[in-house]
Amino acid sequence: VSERGPALRVNPIACEAHGVCIELLPELIRADPWGYPIISAGPVPDDLLPLARRAVAACPTLALRLDGPGPAAPARKGWRRSAPPR
Amino acid sequence: VTATAAAPWPPPGAHQQRLLPARGPEDLAAHLRRHGHPPPGASGRLIDAVERSGLTGRGGAAFPAGTKIRAVAEAAAAAPRGAVVVANGSESEPASAKDSVLLANAPHLVLDGIELTAAAIGATSAYLCAHRGLQQLSAAIAERDRAGPSVPVQLLQTPPGYLPGQETALISVLNGGLPRPTLVPPRPAERGVRRRPTLVLNVETLAHIALIARHGPAWFRQAGTPQAPGTALVTVGGEVRWPGVYEIPLGTSLRELLRNTGLEAPPQAVLTGGYFGSWLPGGADVSISPAGLSAAGGLLGPGVFAVLPDSRCGLAETARILGYLASQTAGQCGPCVHGTPALAQAWHEIAFGRPDGAVIAWVQQLTGLLEGRGACHLPDGAAALAASAMNVFASDVRAHAAGGPCARTSMPPMLPLPGVSR
Repeated sequence: VSERGPALRVNPIACEAHGVCIELLPELIRADPWGYPIISAGPVPDDLLPLARRAVAACPTLALRLDGPGPAAPARKGWRRSAPPR
Repeated sequence: VTATAAAPWPPPGAHQQRLLPARGPEDLAAHLRRHGHPPPGASGRLIDAVERSGLTGRGGAAFPAGTKIRAVAEAAAAAPRGAVVVANGSESEPASAKDSVLLANAPHLVLDGIELTAAAIGATSAYLCAHRGLQQLSAAIAERDRAGPSVPVQLLQTPPGYLPGQETALISVLNGGLPRPTLVPPRPAERGVRRRPTLVLNVETLAHIALIARHGPAWFRQAGTPQAPGTALVTVGGEVRWPGVYEIPLGTSLRELLRNTGLEAPPQAVLTGGYFGSWLPGGADVSISPAGLSAAGGLLGPGVFAVLPDSRCGLAETARILGYLASQTAGQCGPCVHGTPALAQAWHEIAFGRPDGAVIAWVQQLTGLLEGRGACHLPDGAAALAASAMNVFASDVRAHAAGGPCARTSMPPMLPLPGVSR
């Protein structure tokens, strides 16, 4: 597993729980009780990158993205605590 | 919360009263008598001064204000059209009253802050967003227009509800859309109102900026602690003798604040940070600052402290808040649409039913499923509130599981819920 690298990110507004990504990449994506994807934190391991790219391309609502480089940002608590402007 | 209505004014211990006037709302003349004009050239030095002051956003995020202003200034310098300043006084948090008290009593301090920051970042338009008191604000803006030219400030009445005060939802409203959060990035600093770089600051933050422009960062740091400088407005509600809005130096202990509101013995619990905040045990003695509260498992947020007496059931109060939060989902993100109501429903069972192990385990699972799963942090807030209630009211959960809802659950709701009569 590489220390830094692209990470998967889902746009929760666009996602409609088609579940294609869960089918294609169960190594990193699992379903919550309602069928929405839960993505493993951190960068995508090199050997899974081709599958990750396939999952991104297959998403019917274009909700899945491969962002990088760098690890995914940690989840923040409390929606008012918006992150720093970049 | 009826702000300041019953409180002695200034409240006991209010030795650091910077923002709120000692008596009554200030018009422009009274404002200038108290504070004077900002020194000429203040806006040119403003970003630097705010950075050195250590001022953090008072809307809830506690993000360094100077950093935020500089980011928008840099984005604006690269943009073909000017930046936009949005003063957020929406105060959608039902248990908070500090922004409306500030706007009602010292509107010109906020308008000064808007004018100074607009000049500092080269903004050509500004908005002031509030739920209440629009007429008085309109009069205050008219007073300044008569006094001389300044950046035009447009008033917007924020739509009702919990989400419209959230910064991206507010920008969506200003762009003619529904009050729904949008996915970041792009952040408002890069693309906000009419796609321009947009600086969204809480109205209290802007009022502090107006004073930093006059007196400098060293003066600002004379109150508070090195890590959390300055004063902050807080709203104390729930069962205390003098509920209302208090201005305190950051670093004040929660115990001292509660003593000043007329509370002699530690209460059962205190809700900190508002409805997306966290419960703390009433005996907790914490330093009121972003880091001090986080360290204790609480949240400073917009400075809400709601006191729960022994006579109330914390599980029932939590159930009502979670029900309210679930009703406020924007309906955009699946995990929030499904998970927030599921959490509210499960918690209703804990508060008003006879919860078995399965319900309690489901609540614990749900709190994990909500964290970081939405475009905004409404689901995270609901999860954090439930998790803190599970800890602070652990013995009540056991008692409800063993014998059904306690007698205190039949008490009328203590915490204010919009659209629900008390």
